[in-house]
Amino acid sequence: MEASAPALVELTDVNKHFGDLHVLRDINLTVRRGEVLVVIGPSGSGKSTLCRAINRLETIDSGTITVDGKPVPAEGKALAHLRADVGMVFQSFNLFAHKTVLDNVTLGPRKVRKAAKKDAEEAARTLLRRVGVEDQARKLPAQLSGGQQQRVAIARALAMQPKVMMFDEPTSALDPEMVQEVLDAMVALAKEGMTMIVVTHEMGFARKAADRVVFMADGQIVEQADPDTFFTAPTSARAKDFLSKILVH
Amino acid sequence: MSEFLDLLRQYDVAHAFWVNLQLTFWGGLLALGIGTVLAVMRISPLTSLRWAGATYVNLVRNTPLTVIMVFLVLAVWTQLGVTLSGDFTSNFFNFAVAGLGVYHAAFVCESIRSGVNTVPVGQAEAARAIGLPFLAAARIIVLPQAFRGAVAPLGNTLIALLKNSTVAAAASVAESSGTMKTLIEFHPDYRWQVFVTFAIGFVVLVIPIGLATTWLSRRLAVTR
Repeated sequence: MEASAPALVELTDVNKHFGDLHVLRDINLTVRRGEVLVVIGPSGSGKSTLCRAINRLETIDSGTITVDGKPVPAEGKALAHLRADVGMVFQSFNLFAHKTVLDNVTLGPRKVRKAAKKDAEEAARTLLRRVGVEDQARKLPAQLSGGQQQRVAIARALAMQPKVMMFDEPTSALDPEMVQEVLDAMVALAKEGMTMIVVTHEMGFARKAADRVVFMADGQIVEQADPDTFFTAPTSARAKDFLSKILVH
Repeated sequence: MSEFLDLLRQYDVAHAFWVNLQLTFWGGLLALGIGTVLAVMRISPLTSLRWAGATYVNLVRNTPLTVIMVFLVLAVWTQLGVTLSGDFTSNFFNFAVAGLGVYHAAFVCESIRSGVNTVPVGQAEAARAIGLPFLAAARIIVLPQAFRGAVAPLGNTLIALLKNSTVAAAASVAESSGTMKTLIEFHPDYRWQVFVTFAIGFVVLVIPIGLATTWLSRRLAVTR
């Protein structure tokens, strides 16, 4: 990723409340094309909300969010178009439970992009092969392991050929032995130059694949730096405290 | 005994029950159509649609079916001059179907909504996240799963509809409860036999629906 790459996602003075709770406080953040941004921080720091606000699964109270230069629309067809360009991977996979793996991956291209069935299935099989679950194509999501489901979810998001991929704690709901297979798929994606915003607790992934680490606490961006700097020489007390708690064991 | 069976034939009790089944079929179809639209309105992101759906449900669900039937026949037909068929008998039948459909739509709507509650919110979020607009997400992702989760309450509504089809007597439709009343009126010696016959008739019709919905709801349940 070049430092001069154009901005793809821009958040300016974003604020959000859940009732009395101020979950996002004056968030200013720019994600450049091709950049892999890892957002870390304690629970309740607002990192998931930040991620979900970018494709407006959460509304914001004030500020602006732009994707590829265009403000995120409030509703309707325009919002649906934007969401089609922003891939999203959820903590709990959220694969369509009544549809096969193949249908999960082809649904977006067919219904939103109006792709022909044959083309969509061909592309889907290529993606499923890429994440290593091609032989599960005819199964229902419930027949797959968590790790396989999450890799299908990544394929489903990629099938829309998104400009940016967002991962909202993609490995937090997984059994420990399945975390690596999902992280491997994400690292591969990062190496291919995909723009990624990853909310995670996986420090190994942050070290290996991130261009920049953003540390959030209490709804604010407290600190941001390249991973080496952040993990070896954090500047803020909050970040030092957080890292001491998670890196000790 | 054979005299009583002759009576049942003479008054064509079998046909009277057949009318109830027809009322149930068409009324159920109408209720399913209106109820699905209402359910979509009630889960839509538009406040005005949600409000309209909720108003319909609360208004209709809390009005006695007899009142709706009598209103349709005495006010809508007799006073406002709306007809649903040129044929006298079909006109009453169609009004009864309309009354049953309109009334049970409120219950169908709530059954489907209970089905929607069995669908994790992440399903709708994932549908929106790949760019499906609200209606497409509802049609392709949420409703198919909601219906499968709502088989049991929908079956209960269908059972209620079958039994409530006797209220069509209030709209002058010659169905089983009307036939029962006539039989008792003209053959009071057979009062309890007549009553037991009609009770058994309904039990025989209702039990298979109950068994079928239980079986279907297990078979169609979405594995998560």
